[in-house]
Amino acid sequence: MKVGLALLGLLALAALAAPLGGWWLGHDAFAPDLFNRFAPPSAEHPLGTDDLGRDVLLRLLHGARVSLTVGLAAALAATTIGTVIGLLAAWRGGWLDAVLMRLADGILALPALPLLVILAALDPAIIGLPRGEATADMVRIAGLLAAFGWVGVARLVRASALSLLARDFVRAARALGVSERSVLTRHVLPSLAAPIAIATALAVGGAVLAESVLSFLGLGIAPPAPSWGNMLANAQELVFQAPLAAFWPGLAIMLTVLACNLVADGISRLRR
Amino acid sequence: MTGLILSRLAQIAVMTVILSLCAFLLIGLMPGDPIEMAIAGDPRLTSEDAARLRELHGLDQPLMSRYFAWAGEVLRGNFGHSRLFAQPVAQLLWPALLSSLELLALAIGIAITLGVGLGALAAARPRLAPFVQGVALVAQATPSFWLGILLIILFAVQLGWLPAGGADAGWRFLVLPVATLAFANLAAYARHSAAALRAALEEPHIRTARAKGASEARVLARHALPNAAVPLLTIAALDAGAMVSGALITETVFARPGMGKLIYDAVMGNDFNLALLALLLVAVVTMLATLAADLAQRWLDPRIA
Repeated sequence: MKVGLALLGLLALAALAAPLGGWWLGHDAFAPDLFNRFAPPSAEHPLGTDDLGRDVLLRLLHGARVSLTVGLAAALAATTIGTVIGLLAAWRGGWLDAVLMRLADGILALPALPLLVILAALDPAIIGLPRGEATADMVRIAGLLAAFGWVGVARLVRASALSLLARDFVRAARALGVSERSVLTRHVLPSLAAPIAIATALAVGGAVLAESVLSFLGLGIAPPAPSWGNMLANAQELVFQAPLAAFWPGLAIMLTVLACNLVADGISRLRR
Repeated sequence: MTGLILSRLAQIAVMTVILSLCAFLLIGLMPGDPIEMAIAGDPRLTSEDAARLRELHGLDQPLMSRYFAWAGEVLRGNFGHSRLFAQPVAQLLWPALLSSLELLALAIGIAITLGVGLGALAAARPRLAPFVQGVALVAQATPSFWLGILLIILFAVQLGWLPAGGADAGWRFLVLPVATLAFANLAAYARHSAAALRAALEEPHIRTARAKGASEARVLARHALPNAAVPLLTIAALDAGAMVSGALITETVFARPGMGKLIYDAVMGNDFNLALLALLLVAVVTMLATLAADLAQRWLDPRIA
């Protein structure tokens, strides 16, 4: 848990410090320097340069901004949708519960990646989003990931809410004439904090991983904006010239996912 | 049991219809139909030609009636042609599916063997449990496409022992993709088999077996492991979708001709009939696999309602 939180803090700090890093090292993460391609690590370029002579460390830091923002946004959206749907299903019960949970089962049973690949390849212009802009890409990918990510959260929230709704303190609140809205928001929701926190932590890791896969396939964040995934896509074509280029972005993804899983594990251990 | 199977099959059919409808409509809403691509490919086509072609192929019809025409043909077993590969889609799907299943079966077999082995190690030797947990945490967090690239760099580029990608009849082409996919799936099996075995070892019948003088290895393999099989099947059922997704990305990294690469190539080449049918086939196979794992679980443990 502590290790996970420390790692996440470090990564967030790195993302925030990206412009500072550019100022410190004295170059631009986006400016190509064709006379200095594949430079080995040096004081000037701590991790060397890529195929266009851009500083790898700086691009990693800027990639952290993109990847972590998309991951966080997707996870928060997925958690919000999932919590609302899970709570609604548990509270209303009956046919609404059945329909929502069958839908969740159905989505969960599908292989997500081929679906995401096809959906991510659709032209964003049909839903009125501008094409090819980094921010628009980030919104599009985060939205797509949230559309699939809510399912796990909803199931978790529903299961916990069902057992909470049957507890004595909820019955007592109802007997005292507390409105249903209050019962849900004041009595049930606070007790759901831990499962929701666990689901969010896992969702951040999952979203960072999924974003990197899509960007790796060339369907996510489009270059020149750096994301860890599209840095890896570039690296696979350069395995002969720059074998190390593949190492760093993947390590960053792995550490992020590891940190999220550790935090989720830690929270669930705290509850016991 | 029959009722359960029938209702699950009905659920799969409904999901497939919903999925196909959504995908068809989304693709149909995109600007640029095959005729516009034909115009881009042959500037001599006049607008009259284009209109005639549109009418000929039914592209002037509203989207919903196009969907019903397409679905009707598919249900009759006519999968149409792939624009990208200029071949009947059915001829492309089957070899790709077999190749993906080969990769998946080998990888899952190895993942279960190694994962359960690690889990047994953790359950039998509590001192080693943190090590197993560490391996599982790392394996779970490792992006499989990154691992694939690293393996290519090490074994194909630096050492030159194994091919970097593609597929041939030889086993050499399978080693790296199978290793990548197996490692990606290892973690869940290791963690859950450790937990299940630890729980199973607490049971009274284990004490009986030990009292009768059974060796520790025999207790673990014959008396505890069968009890741990049910939770493992649960994981297999829950993870079928994720496993298939993992296989697809692994294929793309290693340029293995399978379903994943087929879908990717079809999407990239604007071959939407192929992409749609491949997606539906993968989805149906995944849902059937989930159902099979569910049924096996019920068969092993009749207490599950």
